[in-house]
Amino acid sequence: MDFQLGPEQRALRDGMRELLAGRFGRERLRAAVEAPALDRALWRELAEAGFFALRLPEADGGVGLGLPEAVLLMEETGRALLPGPLVACQLLAGAVDGVATGERIVALAETAVGPEPGAGSGLPPGAGAGPYPGAAGDGPLWEHPADCDALITLGDAEGADPVDQGRAAGAYRSAATDVLCAPFASVDPLTPLARITGIVRKTPLPLDVPRLRREAALLTAAQQLGSAARTVETAVAYAREREQFGAPIGSFQAVKHLCAQMLVRAEIARSAVYAASVTEGVLDVTAAKLLADEAAVRNARDCLQVHGGMGFTWESDVHLHLKRAWLRAARWGGVAAAEEALAAGLIA
Amino acid sequence: MDLTYTEEEEAFRARLRAWLAKVLPTLPARPAAADWPGRRAYDAAWQRMLYDAGYAGLHWPRDAGGQGATPTQHLIFLEETELAGAPYVGANFVGLLHAGPTIAVEGGSEQRARWLPPILRGDAIWCQGFSEPDAGSDLAALRTKAVRDGDAYVVTGSKIWTSHAEVADWCELLVRTDPAAPRHRGISWLAMPMDAPGVTVRPLRTLAGSTEFAELFLDEVRVPVGNRVGAENDGWRVTMVTLSFERGTAFVGEVVACRRVLGALARTARANGRWDDAVLRRRLGRLSAEFTALWRLTQWNVSAARQPGGGVPGAGGSVFKLRYSHARQELYDAAAEVLGAGALDADQEWVADRLSSLSYTIAAGTSQIQRNIVAERILGLPKGR
Repeated sequence: MDFQLGPEQRALRDGMRELLAGRFGRERLRAAVEAPALDRALWRELAEAGFFALRLPEADGGVGLGLPEAVLLMEETGRALLPGPLVACQLLAGAVDGVATGERIVALAETAVGPEPGAGSGLPPGAGAGPYPGAAGDGPLWEHPADCDALITLGDAEGADPVDQGRAAGAYRSAATDVLCAPFASVDPLTPLARITGIVRKTPLPLDVPRLRREAALLTAAQQLGSAARTVETAVAYAREREQFGAPIGSFQAVKHLCAQMLVRAEIARSAVYAASVTEGVLDVTAAKLLADEAAVRNARDCLQVHGGMGFTWESDVHLHLKRAWLRAARWGGVAAAEEALAAGLIA
Repeated sequence: MDLTYTEEEEAFRARLRAWLAKVLPTLPARPAAADWPGRRAYDAAWQRMLYDAGYAGLHWPRDAGGQGATPTQHLIFLEETELAGAPYVGANFVGLLHAGPTIAVEGGSEQRARWLPPILRGDAIWCQGFSEPDAGSDLAALRTKAVRDGDAYVVTGSKIWTSHAEVADWCELLVRTDPAAPRHRGISWLAMPMDAPGVTVRPLRTLAGSTEFAELFLDEVRVPVGNRVGAENDGWRVTMVTLSFERGTAFVGEVVACRRVLGALARTARANGRWDDAVLRRRLGRLSAEFTALWRLTQWNVSAARQPGGGVPGAGGSVFKLRYSHARQELYDAAAEVLGAGALDADQEWVADRLSSLSYTIAAGTSQIQRNIVAERILGLPKGR
């Protein structure tokens, strides 16, 4: 047992960090906020660096690495706030032509019908209506609809194509032009969203959907981890430099303790995410996503707090981390589902 | 990143498991919490069994009387003994986890030969004389003074929160040997025999009702100069070594125990109907994620310790201790929810565990001190107010 990054893994991580610092630095990030279309040239550059083909066998032109390496790269994209359906393209590089080379961009959407809205909440029917219209009846969300060539949907067995009979769930591919959408104002300026209202034509894909969901959750958790670690660094850098009452605010215990708790959250999440990338166990992944979501969201909020009024401005990058963390936390299993699954695991 | 164990490590695990299965059923019941002499005898006997079977000081270096096992083997040992429900380290805590490792790293060869084998055999119980009434979290404010008189230090002062003092043979004692030096610089680390004239022990009752710690009054106690570990006035650095052991490895086995308790709680909740409470169920689910992650962090830290220069656990131990000490309290609060009225029954052993868990965010450096350590030593924030 040597649960540490190997020299090659460290080199891979450092190389990715360097590439992103060079190609997606602060200026590019802020430019993307104003014009969030994906940078296709950067996408192809990532492909050339082996980002999408990372896990494909070398015989198929891939890099032949595994899930732990994919997690390390995803962590870097989370640090850099790199936008785009990176998780989908990572996972589908072997399944959809052109994705591995960065020429085509695909997104993943969960279209399985979940439990009835409000089910199990203990509220009487209609109690959730209130003055704020809820999510009831909302279609699934699609990230970067204008930039994708295709959409891959993950549905449940119901309505599955005969090809997929016997599977617990099915994956389908649709051309972007075959997807009907309603506009949706995304909270994250770097991640445009659309609400899927219908799909004209779907082609079944022979994919292991439970595994796809598990890996999507883990890679998303890795991005959350990257964001959580980055906001610790941002908060610490600000706390060292910003002076109040004649001293750097980082010398005040109240600020110090906020920063320390941020690091604890990030490091706990790191242990869980890295371990899950090695074991690939479904409960390990569930725990990793739960802890990484919490680390990303709460660290972004604490980072904002350390920045004071500056943190509440559009110019500060803190809100970009928080909004993306919210978005990722809502994907591939939320808090309640994760806690219930882990509880069930205790008595299994 | 590798979480698999080698064949050799698995063989070690299998041997240990077989040995535990053989010896654990032969152990008598553990004496009651208040019976300190009984507990000492029980803990010492268990340590002797470990020694005879070659499991004492497993990861200590061979020249310190240890087995020279790898950190991974030590991890397996802690995991397996907890899973099997073996006795807790108990009264041997300070000797095995603080004083011993410190002497192994900082002590001279004569000191190692004198003090370490009795610790490993369970013949000598150690206690910790660090805190003082006016120097708890601010340890460097300690005032107990040691004045050189020939070949001895004459020690006068008092200590508090001294665990196992009632039954201890030795005390790892921090004293001020240079009152004129800056406060971190004039401290020395001494091994003091508890039966020396001038040592008075007054037990303190904890909120759990037990007397596991005590006040120590030192009235012109003569401690030979040869009992000093490390250089004179270099005791602060030696102490940091001690504390990093405490925070780095002392809680490893307990994480496994907490995971076991959590599983038992879930099954109890299922049996008594509390499992139908979704809020409680989700709390237990979240704790499962927390303790799994803490175990992974343990594996991460142990692996890091294998790297060059990694023999002494670093400030990363504070990251672990911070989350663990709070998670342990949350675990026993959840237990109270599961067990309902049983939570008010002081005779229940887990109620005592719940009460003792309250000390975890205070002992071995309060959470506030740990946060300062993380902020200043890991994150590099300025020292200050």
